[in-house]
Amino acid sequence: MLLDFWTVAVAALGVLFFVAGTAGVLRFPDPLSRLHAVTKADTLGVGLIALAIVPQAATPLDAAKILLIWLATMLSAATVGPLLARVAIRNGDER
Amino acid sequence: MSAVLLAMAAAVIATTIAALWRAVNGPARSDRLMSVQLLGTGAIAALLLVAGATGAGSALDLALVLAMLSSFATIAVALAPAPGRGGAA
Repeated sequence: MLLDFWTVAVAALGVLFFVAGTAGVLRFPDPLSRLHAVTKADTLGVGLIALAIVPQAATPLDAAKILLIWLATMLSAATVGPLLARVAIRNGDER
Repeated sequence: MSAVLLAMAAAVIATTIAALWRAVNGPARSDRLMSVQLLGTGAIAALLLVAGATGAGSALDLALVLAMLSSFATIAVALAPAPGRGGAA
């Protein structure tokens, strides 16, 4: 029961970061600030949702998979963020 | 509770589709790329929520594959030479 509350509350927070990230992507004025919004959805959105789902895992293997998904997402977000910033700066659209 | 989680998955998918407006309209190359990146991340989040709602382990496998591979397109385009310069990145 308490774990269900945890799941819903933390997942709702993660969804909120996705909504905020999308709002930022659509509304922020320049590519670098839009990149800032995307990276929040990447790290915090998926991270919070993964943390929320862990107690619902059927087996310990599933829980380990969820943590592995989180790890892979963190790795790709940390790789892609600076690369996207480099594309934006190289193309001169940081203004 | 699984209905709540499925509704959250639908919400994540809806925001991800809304963010695809940037992939179509840009204006910058990096805008299109980050929209595609958000598409992959949103799919991972939606699959995680579906797995939590239904207990389907297969959704976790799909999310794992996406988490491993979805950023490769962005990385490939980011490392490609800038258009019109012809040199290395």
